[in-house]
Amino acid sequence: MATRQTQLLARALMSPAVILLFIWMIVPLALTVYFSTLHYSLLDPGSESFVGLENFEYFLTDPAFLASLQNTLVLVGSVLLLTIGLGIPLAILLDQPVIGRNVIRLMVIAPFFVMPTVSALVWKNLLMHPVSGLFAWIATSLGMTPIDWFTDAPLLAVIFIVAWQWLPFATLILLTALQSLDEEQKEAAEMDGAGALSRFIYLTLPHLARPITVVILIETIFLLTVFAEIFVTTGGGPGLQTTNIAFLVYSQALIQFDVGTASAGGLVAVVIANIVAFFLVRIVGRNLEA
Amino acid sequence: MGRITLEGVQKSFGPVHIIKGADLDIPDGAFVVFVGPSGCGKTTLLRLIAGLEDVSGGRILIDGNNVVDVPPAKRGLSMVFQSYALYPHMSVRGNIAFGLKMAGLPKAEINRKVEAAAATLNLTPYLDRKPRELSGGQRQRVAIGRAIVREPKAFLFDEPLSNLDAALRVQMRLEVTRLQKQLGTTAIYVTHDQVEAMTMADKIVVLNAGRIEQYGSPIELYQRPANLFVAGFIGSPKMNLITGAEADKHNATTIGVRPEHIGIVEAGNEGWSGKVVIAEHLGSDTFLYVDAGALGTLTVRVVGEKRLNAGDAVMLRPEPSRIYRFDANGNSMFA
Repeated sequence: MATRQTQLLARALMSPAVILLFIWMIVPLALTVYFSTLHYSLLDPGSESFVGLENFEYFLTDPAFLASLQNTLVLVGSVLLLTIGLGIPLAILLDQPVIGRNVIRLMVIAPFFVMPTVSALVWKNLLMHPVSGLFAWIATSLGMTPIDWFTDAPLLAVIFIVAWQWLPFATLILLTALQSLDEEQKEAAEMDGAGALSRFIYLTLPHLARPITVVILIETIFLLTVFAEIFVTTGGGPGLQTTNIAFLVYSQALIQFDVGTASAGGLVAVVIANIVAFFLVRIVGRNLEA
Repeated sequence: MGRITLEGVQKSFGPVHIIKGADLDIPDGAFVVFVGPSGCGKTTLLRLIAGLEDVSGGRILIDGNNVVDVPPAKRGLSMVFQSYALYPHMSVRGNIAFGLKMAGLPKAEINRKVEAAAATLNLTPYLDRKPRELSGGQRQRVAIGRAIVREPKAFLFDEPLSNLDAALRVQMRLEVTRLQKQLGTTAIYVTHDQVEAMTMADKIVVLNAGRIEQYGSPIELYQRPANLFVAGFIGSPKMNLITGAEADKHNATTIGVRPEHIGIVEAGNEGWSGKVVIAEHLGSDTFLYVDAGALGTLTVRVVGEKRLNAGDAVMLRPEPSRIYRFDANGNSMFA
């Protein structure tokens, strides 16, 4: 691929795809930037006017912003901790030779294929419902008072639901990594007198450093934008207790019909995602360098 | 001390019998090589001794104590793996020190022992490197360092040189042998390469299909092979095996003559006449593959350069005292 012709040909052949993707990205971004500088309310059509950075000021000084930023970070952090903290032991269990291993693996992966709205509804109505839910039944049959999850611990409930959905992803990535751990290294450690725990700490965990990084980076991208689970279960409430940035942008646009502020919020969310990504890559990204 | 004794050791994986009863006595300080073709069970036997596999029957004694129920770490053996199995995220120092660290030795002592092992193996300049920054031979040395630093009762080597190139293999062969003699520690070494076996071993165990065919010193195996399998396996190029009328003359079912024990004589003398099919000129030796009619194709080794080419007619004469005789069961008959 060194000659000038092949380089030119490659560029020419790739350009339609690249140009299409570029337009796909730049048009919505440009429109969002444009809307964010307008007074643009759907309740008052025809009154659009240029207001400069007022939408940003309004969005950033809104008390809901800081609350939802905190909720976003708590949600992302907790789900990461839960999926990796449970994913590692689960992956190790699934790596053991047991009867029906393939069926068990399939069942473990299953939650990942359930769409977020459906799984949120299942959790809301079948599991966490304070009267008819499974958890309530367990609590009452043990003589305890059922927890009303979405009133008493709404953010925790959302965290559980999202973690349940992402646990299979983490488990799967970690399981494939475990399977590539050299059998002879484990045996060498065994000969060296390392017990199961030492082998886990000195051999398995370092081997898993890279897949854990991958899980953190990929999950973070998606967890910053969790929406369906909140919309279906709590609607951001009670109060602002489960409102994250994505949900706040939604409520500005389609509950308060303020497109201008919602666009400003969208751009703020982009900046926040980049800040988070920057720190993540600084902290864990060096694991990806071979 | 490191005397290892096997008594009727068996191993089956399900219905498949890998080791069909092995009896062996390895004296302290000996360098014993397990050799045999692929799938003969030599690696399995080594792993049974190491404790990485459980025996299905029989006893393994180390210094007189039965260790079949003892976990690998407690047997006091150390192993060098075919893939080296170095811990990739630890430095050379970390790799060598790992066993000592697990044993809970004080830091200063670990350091002293690691430095000593590294000095023995010329690894001192590389102590802080990661395994991936080392060449194949250096990795091999680290694996050996990890084994010697624990001062085990015996070393177990599982085809450790098979991933090295030919020149390095010869060099490492010498180093391993020298190191073992210097330390005086019992060593069991698995290989499929009979040259490695012959050059390194004090005693060789020839394995075939899960059975020990013969146990003896290299020269014993070469001069007095117990059966057809050992006769064919030990020696390079392989022994010529002849059946039929020629064997009947010696009152045997099969006779064997090594290529180096066949001479070329002038035409007209008594002998086996044949035609050269291929001549391999190595400089030091010439290997001739001779079509000898009813006797089949015979391999002949001639010392030095012999100006013979494909198609030349030759007259072959085996040294009468060097003809091996085998009975119908393939066992040797010595006069």
